[in-house]
Amino acid sequence: MNLLLEPLSYAFMQRGMLAAVMVGILCAVIGTYVVLRGMAFFGDALAHAVLPGIAVAYLLGGDILLGALVAAICVALAIGFLSRQGAVKEDTAIGIMFAAALSLGVALISTVKTYAVDLTHILFGNVLGVSTFDLWLIGIIGLGILLTVALLYRPFLVVSFDPVLAATLRLPAELLRNVLLVLIALTVVVSLQTVGVGLVSALLITPPATASLLTRRLFPMMLLSAAIGALSGIVGLYISFYANIVSGSAIVLTATMIFLLVFLFNPRQGFLRRHAAEATPA
Amino acid sequence: MPHLPHRLEVENASIGYGAKIVLRDISFQVPNGARVAVVGPNGAGKSTLFKALVGLLPLHSGRILIHGLPLGHHQDCVAYVPQREEVDWRFPVTVRDVVMMGRYGNRGWFRRASSADQAAVERALAQMGIGGLASQSISDLSGGQQQRVFLARALAQEPHIVLMDEPFSGVDVAAQGAALDLLDDLHEHGVTAVISTHDLNVASSRFDYVLLLNRRLVAFGTPGEIMRQQHLTSAYGDSLVVLENGTVLVDECCPPGKEQGDVAQAVHRHD
Repeated sequence: MNLLLEPLSYAFMQRGMLAAVMVGILCAVIGTYVVLRGMAFFGDALAHAVLPGIAVAYLLGGDILLGALVAAICVALAIGFLSRQGAVKEDTAIGIMFAAALSLGVALISTVKTYAVDLTHILFGNVLGVSTFDLWLIGIIGLGILLTVALLYRPFLVVSFDPVLAATLRLPAELLRNVLLVLIALTVVVSLQTVGVGLVSALLITPPATASLLTRRLFPMMLLSAAIGALSGIVGLYISFYANIVSGSAIVLTATMIFLLVFLFNPRQGFLRRHAAEATPA
Repeated sequence: MPHLPHRLEVENASIGYGAKIVLRDISFQVPNGARVAVVGPNGAGKSTLFKALVGLLPLHSGRILIHGLPLGHHQDCVAYVPQREEVDWRFPVTVRDVVMMGRYGNRGWFRRASSADQAAVERALAQMGIGGLASQSISDLSGGQQQRVFLARALAQEPHIVLMDEPFSGVDVAAQGAALDLLDDLHEHGVTAVISTHDLNVASSRFDYVLLLNRRLVAFGTPGEIMRQQHLTSAYGDSLVVLENGTVLVDECCPPGKEQGDVAQAVHRHD
């Protein structure tokens, strides 16, 4: 028991825990759409694409989260614009914007000599450095994202499952897609502090992918995904504390471990179950 | 019939993707509650016509009127039954969830499902014979069952016009039967049905009108008027085979890719 309570006696661990849980839930819920719509590449690209925003904010001495936010939304909308009406394929548009933004970010950062430590934090996260202000920011933006998802649950469902039906029902598919891109961008930005640019896409994808193996309806999938995301945050942070490893890595590896366990042992369609069934023909 | 207002009018419509026009200068009028079979060779523009009718493809020229008003004025009156391949069947929804989507347009997107919505969904499920599957995940369904889910969803929309893209091909006998039963039921309720099919037999026996397409409107009229050799030759070109006893066969088993264009040109020369 003491093993679990002792880390929480530190204020920075309390804040880190809260941040990890909030980010875990948020990424898992938005990630459900990322997984179902096959946007994993987009999530990853977006995370890297905030780099120039962070760099500019840093160079100008502004707020880094704000810089990341502006960059993420610009890139999300630019991808939406380039690939609208199928002028360029979406993954091509993402590839172009991803590489351009990453290069710009690295170019800007390379002009600063003392940036190495902060860059590590940006790439891999520093959940133990989360301030009370950051917590409020994650909480408020996160609440806004979840409310939007709740409000647009049905339009998002239809536009993701059957775009043709969405069109016959006169849903503004283009607008909904852009709203979703912005929600993903916001999620990525508020998650940066916890898991970093390099690992946020794992939190977007692994918990929903795990949940999709266990349930066959969207809403339970979101809830289960959120639970797995939160659990990964908590367990990962304890591991980080005791094993003294980077928090972002610990969280992502925990989520991956849960995924592998479910993939192998899931009673519904687990790998081992299927293999056993094949070995003993009916 | 001619005295009733036409439910669906297409006037000089040219439809295509970008600058490429697939269907040129199409005009026809479908009266109340008629059953229309859209037939024509592969690549004739059947799916293109449907996409224009639901507003997915803009018109190059001409117009499409429903109840005398342009597309988009009626939110819920056109239901489209897509081909099964058009959606991801691993998506985490149940059969009932999919059929309920047909109600979203009617009741707005933010209200809870009313008892009328629930009743319409259950009725549609029962009518298509998939009431027992309602709580199943759609990933567990057979091809024929998937088809019936789409039919049930169209029914739950309570539309004035139903468009179906090839509901009789590639599904089991039960699903074909369900589609044909639905066709009769829609007719009884005065719902207009426009359905594309490769099955000329079904087209001439179960429909009021046949629309013969091949990049343009070849002919439109009752099956008796349309199912004549000259019209069919005009639409199908060389792939049409007429046997001695008058039986007409369409050989579409392995159409060479290039032949489509040749056929279309041959048709134009006949003009």
